[in-house]
Amino acid sequence: MLISSVAGARFVRSSDQSLLVYFDQPDKNRPKHLPLQGKSLVEANENVRRLLQLLDSQPIAGVRNLHPAYCSVLVKFDALQWRHEEMEEKLREYLQRLHEVPLPEPRLLEIPVCYGEELGPDLQDVAATHGITSEQVIQLHTSTTYLVYFLGFVPGFAYLGELPEALVTPRHATPRRKVPAGSVGIAGNQTGVYPCETPGGWRLLGRTPLAMFRPEQDGLSLLAIGDRVRFKAISREQFAAQQFEARLNA
Amino acid sequence: MSLIIEVQAPGLLTTVQDLGREGFGPRGVSPSGAADPVALRLGNRLVGNPDGAAALEMTLLGGTFVFPEGAIIALTGADFGATLDDAAIPQWTSVDARARQTLRTGATRSGARCYLCVAGKIEENPFLGSASTHLLSGLGGHQGRALRKGDLLKIGNVNPPFRERTPFRKRTIVANALQHLRPRKVLRVTTGPQHESFTDAAQNIFHAATYRVAEESNRMGLRLEGAPLPVDERGEMITEGVSLGAVQITPAGLPIILFVEQQTTGGYPKIANVISADFSSLGQLRPRDEIRFEPVDWESARVLLLEQETLLASDELIV
Repeated sequence: MLISSVAGARFVRSSDQSLLVYFDQPDKNRPKHLPLQGKSLVEANENVRRLLQLLDSQPIAGVRNLHPAYCSVLVKFDALQWRHEEMEEKLREYLQRLHEVPLPEPRLLEIPVCYGEELGPDLQDVAATHGITSEQVIQLHTSTTYLVYFLGFVPGFAYLGELPEALVTPRHATPRRKVPAGSVGIAGNQTGVYPCETPGGWRLLGRTPLAMFRPEQDGLSLLAIGDRVRFKAISREQFAAQQFEARLNA
Repeated sequence: MSLIIEVQAPGLLTTVQDLGREGFGPRGVSPSGAADPVALRLGNRLVGNPDGAAALEMTLLGGTFVFPEGAIIALTGADFGATLDDAAIPQWTSVDARARQTLRTGATRSGARCYLCVAGKIEENPFLGSASTHLLSGLGGHQGRALRKGDLLKIGNVNPPFRERTPFRKRTIVANALQHLRPRKVLRVTTGPQHESFTDAAQNIFHAATYRVAEESNRMGLRLEGAPLPVDERGEMITEGVSLGAVQITPAGLPIILFVEQQTTGGYPKIANVISADFSSLGQLRPRDEIRFEPVDWESARVLLLEQETLLASDELIV
């Protein structure tokens, strides 16, 4: 039996040394193939953060790594020390205590973005897709306070959501081979900033002069899981000035 | 005085690697580390280092290195046709390189990666507790990058200084242990977390197919070419944590195996996962190599890992 349900969570084996804990209890109103969204996604993610916090303050010997995501945590463990069923049982004890874990008061951070032109090569296409102007796209993108659901993919990449309904756009069918560091993109109902140059399929609206991955800092990143984020439009001149300043500080 | 290595030619892609940095998944930082950890560990044993000491990982085409003050070295993993001052030297054996001798390695004759381990390890400032190079973020290892011609690498202090350790004793890995540990082209897999979302037909194709390793494979992932699997096109799945060795299926129906410098999360469904005992085999796969997948159950995966670790812990491994 690979799947079992306890304390509002289910467990699935990911590899011979890892287990996925999902907080996405099936909902009769939600077709199985549609992911969680809205309030139920935020609540699931609160459990992700609680579990992460509990495992951080009371680590389990032999747990080697944790990969949090929207509504799941991948727990990697020493397979010579733990079997899946033993790890599952241990994690159940943690799940029983999740409700006792207080989440910290979220920080609110502002990320300056220079939208459009070569810094945001997909801005016009996104506007055209939704039958609105580029200015309206910027207005919508900057009018929402986003939640940092988790950091993943590459060092310092924060998954932010949810995007206003009117901006929800699928990713490019063929990813770009190189997306410059600092690029601000959207994909589906998510938005985020590329911390380093990587291949990527998100639609690029603009670019921030801020460094997202900060290896010299404790948290390693500008953003942390659970933070709230707003984007603020800046001019080309402000972008150039802030980028210059960021490089001086680096 | 500490010993050094002069890099006369770096080879195709040579990086400093140890066993990686675990525990930074919540920051999106994957462990990195040696692509063939068994070869790294055995190389370190041969030169008297701890298993996880930093060494050089060479890829497909090796480099040329000079030891101005000498060094005890060992080459493990794939056979890159190494010579020391033009005399062939054996793999899987410790070698006493004298002052000013030149180690040359060439194109691979077997797998993808050859490790150059030195007594005292390659000394680099650790990033998040590890000397492993993480190429994508440009951190760790030697200045966060692959080696270049002219780089000078510091060798850590050997205690006692190895020149006083007399006489040098040649150590080698026993042949039948190497036979047990040799890289496999039939990779054993357990089921992936979304294997049930694939039809029986898709799973049958996956387990019967021969795949070819694509050119654009690297330490982040191995892309495979072959018969595409029929995929479920109903929307995307929600992004979740992904494990080392995960076999994810792209919308085009082709597998990507996530490797040591992997992304920490992903949104493609995983049909299978390479077992831990076969991770080292992944590190020896070259572009155009042909591979297959063989399903095993959870208990077999555990037993195979246990057997591998028991062999690695055995006193009779080295003579």
